[in-house]
Amino acid sequence: MINIEIDGKQIQTENGSTVIEAAHSAGITIPHFCYHKKLSIAANCRMCLVQVEKAPKPLPACATPVAEGMKVYTHSEQAVKAQKGVMEFLLINHPLDCPICDQGGECTLQDMSIGYGGGHSRYHEEKRMVLSKDIGPLVSAEEMSRCINCTRCVRFGQEIGGQMELGQAFRGEHAEIMSFVSGAVESELSGNMIDLCPVGALTSKPFRYKARSWELSRRRSVSAHDSLGSSLAVQTKNNRVLRVLPIENDDINECWLSDKDRFAYEGLNTADRLTKPMIKQDGKWLEVEWQVALEYAANGLRQISNGAGAEQVGALATANSTLEELYLLQKLVRGIGSQNVDFRLRQSDFSTDGKQQGAPWLGMSIADVSRTDRFLIVGSFLRKDHPLLAARLRQAVKKGAQVNVIHSVDDDLLMKVANKAIVAPDSMVEILTQVSKALTAEKQGQSASGEAGAIAKSLASGQRVAVFLGNFAQQHPQAAQLQALAQQIAALSNGKFGFLGEAANSVGGYLAQATPGAKGLNADSMLASPRKAYMLLNVEPELDCANPQQAVAAVRSADTVIVLSAYKHQAMDYADVLLPIAPFTETSGTFVSTEGRVQSFKGAVKPLGEARPAWKVLRVLGNLLKVEGFDQDTSEAVRDEALHGVDVATKLNNAIGGVEVKAAPSANGLQRVSDVPIYATDAVVRRSAPLQATADAAMPQAWLHGEELKKLGVQAGATVKISQGQGSASLVAAADDKLPRGVVRVAAGHAATAALGAMFGTITVERA
Amino acid sequence: MLSQQITTLIDKELKKYPADQRQSAVMAALRFVQDEKGWIAPEDMADIAAYLGMPQMAVYEVATFYHMYQLKPMGKYTLTVCTNLSCQLCGSDDTLAHLNKRLGIGPGEVTADGKFGLREGECMGACVDAPMFTINNKRLCGRLTAEKIDQILAELDKQ
Repeated sequence: MINIEIDGKQIQTENGSTVIEAAHSAGITIPHFCYHKKLSIAANCRMCLVQVEKAPKPLPACATPVAEGMKVYTHSEQAVKAQKGVMEFLLINHPLDCPICDQGGECTLQDMSIGYGGGHSRYHEEKRMVLSKDIGPLVSAEEMSRCINCTRCVRFGQEIGGQMELGQAFRGEHAEIMSFVSGAVESELSGNMIDLCPVGALTSKPFRYKARSWELSRRRSVSAHDSLGSSLAVQTKNNRVLRVLPIENDDINECWLSDKDRFAYEGLNTADRLTKPMIKQDGKWLEVEWQVALEYAANGLRQISNGAGAEQVGALATANSTLEELYLLQKLVRGIGSQNVDFRLRQSDFSTDGKQQGAPWLGMSIADVSRTDRFLIVGSFLRKDHPLLAARLRQAVKKGAQVNVIHSVDDDLLMKVANKAIVAPDSMVEILTQVSKALTAEKQGQSASGEAGAIAKSLASGQRVAVFLGNFAQQHPQAAQLQALAQQIAALSNGKFGFLGEAANSVGGYLAQATPGAKGLNADSMLASPRKAYMLLNVEPELDCANPQQAVAAVRSADTVIVLSAYKHQAMDYADVLLPIAPFTETSGTFVSTEGRVQSFKGAVKPLGEARPAWKVLRVLGNLLKVEGFDQDTSEAVRDEALHGVDVATKLNNAIGGVEVKAAPSANGLQRVSDVPIYATDAVVRRSAPLQATADAAMPQAWLHGEELKKLGVQAGATVKISQGQGSASLVAAADDKLPRGVVRVAAGHAATAALGAMFGTITVERA
Repeated sequence: MLSQQITTLIDKELKKYPADQRQSAVMAALRFVQDEKGWIAPEDMADIAAYLGMPQMAVYEVATFYHMYQLKPMGKYTLTVCTNLSCQLCGSDDTLAHLNKRLGIGPGEVTADGKFGLREGECMGACVDAPMFTINNKRLCGRLTAEKIDQILAELDKQ
């Protein structure tokens, strides 16, 4: 620690920090544009010039390291003169279009010009003009003349996003921010550039001209999509969500937000929102009063449970449902005598049920990920499934951490990967077994060869090791064995192992007990042996289930299907009653993130039309069915009841015992590898038009190794017929030579592939 | 695709830098492409980016920053006339005017037969010989007069 003085204030600061950091930590503001605490130092805007004693000229505070005894004046005559001078230069070319600029009211340049700008301009020549750019459906670069070339967006791409999509081309007066050959910015974190831009050059395309920042009310909320539980501010006007911004939270999302969390709100008020309860009579849909619809639903359930038996009732919910909803759903189902309730819709191996000691979670806090120095990521589409966790890993790698990957695809993680083993799904268990063996050998001083040996060597050399199981590993048909092996590997390397939770409430579902008991049926068997009645909470079976073919067949054959959904969807074909429920912005609730953080939030707007929070709907259904304990008045009461006597920390436990590891019989023919594309994961993002216009939401293709394509006699770009079970889909074939042989990568969760079967297993590809 | 000659030259250049800093060779690589083709197309920049393992945009930044990289075809012989102070005082305006009269093109333009291109350039660091131009950034021609320019053009025409 060293002592410096800023504006007469004695400050103790760390050696190696900069003047601006020291000033900010002491609550002294220094004006700045290009400086950002999470980005590298550029020192190109010159706004933070300050006077330093004994220095002949003003120095940029962002790039000046502190020194013992340094005396800094941020508001002295010299400093202010320098700052005002810089401001005059910045305003020379900046258009005077604040009244029509989207950034107006939340613009750093506008704010600073109040303090440092002159009342009139001494510059009478022509201002420079920069042409607009089209950089994709999310970020608007329509008015690049406003750019002050701070290069925050460029540095964000390079340093946080991991890919340099924007850059500063040309020089001097002609310098401009642009992408290479007018390409779109395709990063899954691109929206952060909007926040970073201190002026109105990069603005939000969907939010463009929708409202002024001062007209918006702001409600704190929690991400309802990926499992990180990012803190966000939902901004509303006239009872409508107009924008979502990050709230800084260093333990979770730092100051970032993934595009999915940021732009999903565009899917909230689409034309297919269900706004009135509906029942089907004689094959026709009727809009009815809530009372009628609820009694109709209750009657349906009562009839089935009294007639065919309560075990004929099955309830499915997505892991994006709130803790309260999941808790009341399972309580209702159990109240009428059934145990069939589940939220793990894309899981296919349930053999851990009963052997798993607690709720599967990350195994550490999200902040601890940054302090880990060796990673083994098993079966994860990390960048797309957990964009901000990938960003954290990227930072860790820069500080020297090693990332090892075992997966069935080799997507670019935009970070240095130390070792990787890319194998077909049926070899995942085998390769993990090899790593485990190699680690044992490593401990005895012998190095094993091959990819497994290299991975083991990397893990053995670490101080703080983490083994993570991604979505793919959790959905894998041998998920239990993968888990047991991951546990073994973590133990051998004195590390931790955890699950990268699939959705916002993947941990919460366990805490809410929305899993079948010993006698109940899980998500898979509930659909494999069809029930007579189903309750679907937020579920679109053809998109949300591990085996859409099986799921659709089951709900179609059921006598009664009660759908609680925010949207009218395919359920119009098979449901008997549609109950309109509120998405996360319109209800209060709780999500438990993958690190076990319990976060409650309030509704930001009133429910649309006659939609109601699902917890209320379930409570009234409970009353109508005369189930005990359905008299909660608030969602908080439901949450407190759900978590009563539950010590969340002790409930989080990945440990598993009694799983026998045996090599799977190798598959005949091509095996399917399925990712759920980033913008196909849940009902809200699937309806967000701007997200659906991105490259990440492009039509799924059938990806095969080039040699496999040759074997099939198919050219890349030709249409192929993909069949699985009784269903088939026509997709365009594409070559990816980084895929292992013998696999086809076909996305799940998408309408184009909804006719296919399970996400894993054999699949046939023929020339169409 | 980068030609065999270019990759050989780049490989030689790469030996000057640490193995993990391949992008240090970007300026040389751009120069090799320009020497071979006369200009640098975006596709060439993408190829260089792939070869050196750096972002395409980073190559583009370098290529657009430096004036001597041609971003469009500038003829078989690009004449770059210095218009900085010393040359200007010694009559670079006359040089440009004479070239314009002879070739029928102004700065930034190419003759219809694609033989000559004309550009304005910055100080070439040899003001003693002002006014001057370079041919393809390689050959420096100084103390230009109308006669001398005609002579150089005739010589180039013959090649």
